[in-house]
Amino acid sequence: MSETPLIELEGLRTHFFTDEGVVKALDGVTFSVPRGRTLCVVGESGCGKSVTGRSILQIVDRPGRIVEGRILYHPTPHETIDITALRPMSRQMRTIRGGEIGMIFQEPMTSLGPIQTIGKQISETIRIHKGVSKAEARNQTIEWLARVGIPRPETRLGAYPFELSGGMRQRVMIALGLCCRPKLLIADEPTTALDVTTQAVILDLIRELQEEMDMAVMFITHDLGVVAQIADDVVVMYLGRVAERAGVETIFDAPRHPYTRALMRSIPRLGGSREPLEAIRGMVPHPFRRPSGCSFHPRCPEVIAGRCESLDPDLREFGDGSQVRCLLYGSQTEAQQ
Amino acid sequence: MGAYILRRILFMIPSLIIISMISFMIIQLPPGDYLTSQIAKLASSGESIDSAQVAALRSRYGLDEPMIVQYWKWISNIVFAGDFGLSFEWNRPVSTMIWERMGLTFAVSFITLLFVWAVSLPIGIYSAVRQYSMGDYLFTFIGFIGLAVPNFLLALVLMYFSFAFLGQSVGGLFSPEYIEAPWSWAKVHDFIGHLWIPVIVIGTSSMAALIRVMRANLLDELNKPYVVTARAKGLPEWQLLLGYPVRVALNPFVSTVGWILPSLVSGAVIVSVVLSLPTTGPMLLQSLLSQDMYLAGSIILLLSVLTVVGTLISDILLAWLDPRVRYQ
Repeated sequence: MSETPLIELEGLRTHFFTDEGVVKALDGVTFSVPRGRTLCVVGESGCGKSVTGRSILQIVDRPGRIVEGRILYHPTPHETIDITALRPMSRQMRTIRGGEIGMIFQEPMTSLGPIQTIGKQISETIRIHKGVSKAEARNQTIEWLARVGIPRPETRLGAYPFELSGGMRQRVMIALGLCCRPKLLIADEPTTALDVTTQAVILDLIRELQEEMDMAVMFITHDLGVVAQIADDVVVMYLGRVAERAGVETIFDAPRHPYTRALMRSIPRLGGSREPLEAIRGMVPHPFRRPSGCSFHPRCPEVIAGRCESLDPDLREFGDGSQVRCLLYGSQTEAQQ
Repeated sequence: MGAYILRRILFMIPSLIIISMISFMIIQLPPGDYLTSQIAKLASSGESIDSAQVAALRSRYGLDEPMIVQYWKWISNIVFAGDFGLSFEWNRPVSTMIWERMGLTFAVSFITLLFVWAVSLPIGIYSAVRQYSMGDYLFTFIGFIGLAVPNFLLALVLMYFSFAFLGQSVGGLFSPEYIEAPWSWAKVHDFIGHLWIPVIVIGTSSMAALIRVMRANLLDELNKPYVVTARAKGLPEWQLLLGYPVRVALNPFVSTVGWILPSLVSGAVIVSVVLSLPTTGPMLLQSLLSQDMYLAGSIILLLSVLTVVGTLISDILLAWLDPRVRYQ
């Protein structure tokens, strides 16, 4: 792990300034994305995993914006670009978007332009980033459509999204995300809207292309089954912070954070005893009523009375490179308030 | 696409037939006919008219026959001979009378339509993209004023303005010396100089409405996931905006051609009277007042046909813009 990572997030805070108040979607996120590997970011709805992906590309929708922290992008091990220092609409940021870092989205039904042909949507991207001729962009588009497994790509070039099935649309989405050979692919729940069979095919396709192109993948999901299939490393997020980060085996076999353990216990298992499935007690707190101390303490089965309510734990690193933010493992700082 | 257009044109035929019947019924609705209103007019000015002479006139114009027979005579002449009948009041063929005014009516309407689009499209986009900005509030304010101020009032104000400050002749589309003159560059120049008042007056309310339509449509589209996708591809913001959400938001905008085309012709009646424009509007009003039924009926029929044609044009444009419509 001594190699320079591709992306480093340092204390990233992205807040949404709504009329009701400030929603701290990301409240100090720190983790790195290693080169050429698959990092899964997991967590419940609203934990900030999608906002993390969008923050990296600086495409957080208003009223959200990055208020603090840094996103360091290392195109090569000896180069550093501070993404947070770039203006969101600047030329350099646009070069990174789609060119260096590709992104694919959850809803293949609504994430493609509804009245533009898929050929135009892909070739347009190629033309922006590679400056090739129209004919060349068209050829590359056909190659990509073929590569992601779309039959008869020459004719499908002129197809509109509504003429394709969900699985086909997600293939188009993948071609769109990869067509400029990015160094990182951010996949924001790309299989959530698909049926299980299609989901498996799409996951295989992403893994295959990753190996072929030696690219890093940041895979955002809430589906632990998907994590088990494709992850090398896992980041578990809770309420806009990293709760635990570890290799995929550690996460499944020896999770350290009580939240990760609770997540693992809530996975249904085939052939297991017919007991009711364990759920994490309580609800994700309302964004305006963030608990004091460790934000997970009201739901934590291993809460230490008198400490977790008031002390905000630090991210503590272990010898194997994994990190945990929990008072069970010592390290802490006094809570701010 | 060809089949789609053909189908739409075929569907137009039954609607046109029904429309022609309704137009005829509408002009027959008021009690009495041209002769009774003429007799009343003569009587009020102290003259009397021989009842035998009235009966003779009545049978000559076919006014005693049942409505269905009158309708058939009227419509068959129009369809088979292009003959719209005679205007009772002017004793001239209706077709020539309308034709004289149609050219200018169309010119004014078409230029107004272009003006309305050219102004409302960019303002609508601006207002949506910069929602709640100073500019958005300003345009919203102006837009609502445009909707609220009666057109004829605006016409009067602009006429006063052009007379008092620009020294133009008041009303009409030409200065007095050009009205009867043959077309020349000087006349065209004079026409353009007069055109801006009717164009602004007739255009304001539909412009205000279209700005609101465009703004609302685009606001809906701007939050769709495909905009985020396009942004994540690294598209420059303006290319993204025009290429994706604006394209989709154009659909309802284009459908408005259907109702704008006839309203530009008919909705301008009062304005045209105030501005004394030589268009079809004032002629329609006058013919309705004097129950000049063939003239009134023909204008109403024409307006209805324009509505149907406008709808057809907007449907074709829509199909051209949006593949989802085309492939149904």
